[in-house]
Amino acid sequence: MMKWVFGGMIILSVVYAFATGNAAEVSNAALNECQNAVQFLLVLLGSMCLWGGFLKIAERSGLTAIIAKILSPFTRLLFPSLKKDSKALTAISMNITANLLGLGNAATPLGISAMKALKEEVPEPQSDTASHSMILFVLLNTASIQLLPTTVATLRLQNGSAVPMDILPAVLLTSFLSLLVALFSALCCKQTLRAKQRFTIREV
Amino acid sequence: MLAKFGVFVIPAVLLGIVVFGLAKRINIYDAFLEGAKEGAITTFQIMPAIIAILTAIGMLKASGALAALVQLFEPVCRLIGFPAELTPLAIIRPISGSGSLAVLEQVLGDYGPDSFIGRVASVMQGSTETTFYTIAVYFGAAQITKTRYALPCALSADFAGMILSAAAVRLLM
Repeated sequence: MMKWVFGGMIILSVVYAFATGNAAEVSNAALNECQNAVQFLLVLLGSMCLWGGFLKIAERSGLTAIIAKILSPFTRLLFPSLKKDSKALTAISMNITANLLGLGNAATPLGISAMKALKEEVPEPQSDTASHSMILFVLLNTASIQLLPTTVATLRLQNGSAVPMDILPAVLLTSFLSLLVALFSALCCKQTLRAKQRFTIREV
Repeated sequence: MLAKFGVFVIPAVLLGIVVFGLAKRINIYDAFLEGAKEGAITTFQIMPAIIAILTAIGMLKASGALAALVQLFEPVCRLIGFPAELTPLAIIRPISGSGSLAVLEQVLGDYGPDSFIGRVASVMQGSTETTFYTIAVYFGAAQITKTRYALPCALSADFAGMILSAAAVRLLM
């Protein structure tokens, strides 16, 4: 999938640029953006180290296990294949907590460690194919489950909104429903693929 | 009031972790150093995926193709009852986090934060995520290249979020 996304973006940009005479802009963008990406990674490196460090403290003190337990009714429902005290389930709980609190900088490193733990759970850890649990987990993160949309509220405040947080009910409703759409469509995909697989096996 | 809540979250979380760790007699400094080291290693692991996706997005913006996509989708948006003024935001939101914040800022400035357009834009920004970036980073970290149905599902949720944000503002505000 990613090869088509990546390839599609490059082909579309270059072809469009040639057609409209923007070739110079695209060549500048290609050369500059990869450097900007490194700059962005340096910023990320800082927060990855900070949150990685604090997470390790929380892990050793047993704080992460407590949070994992609190969230377990929800996480066990979504990830029934994971064992109760597995590393993956704990990391997923921490990522959800950070997302709910709106700690985007913390959610990314926590989510990455959850992905790595999920990869160790699959039968062939060397595989380059996403498991259903990995996909569900990524969908939890591409949907926004932040309780308070603080960044947007700050922007609204700066632009002179009377009540910057009055969007909250609408945001929560929209987030919740679109998360349901994501999870439901993933379940449908899983079922369809499984049915297809069964069909091919019978044919053979 | 609630808008300022975010200022307190990070210090409170950091304080909580440190105090809890000390109470449990953990060597919190050693633990921090070890965790930070793992964080550094992970950052280098996701570097290739991030460079790939950010460069491709930069090229897409510079070529003018992104702006053309926005124009292409404008009639579709109008058809499904979604304010056409917000098409740029809807297209850019899943692709670029900083880009969508810039577009939101412009929309809030042009239409006012408490107008219908301003509110729908705020709800859309607040209830969706930077899908392409998230998928690239997370699957990149796990060295997964075959993402199967992750992207279609994520994008259908983004699409639902876009339509629902307009509906939710009409319904609730």
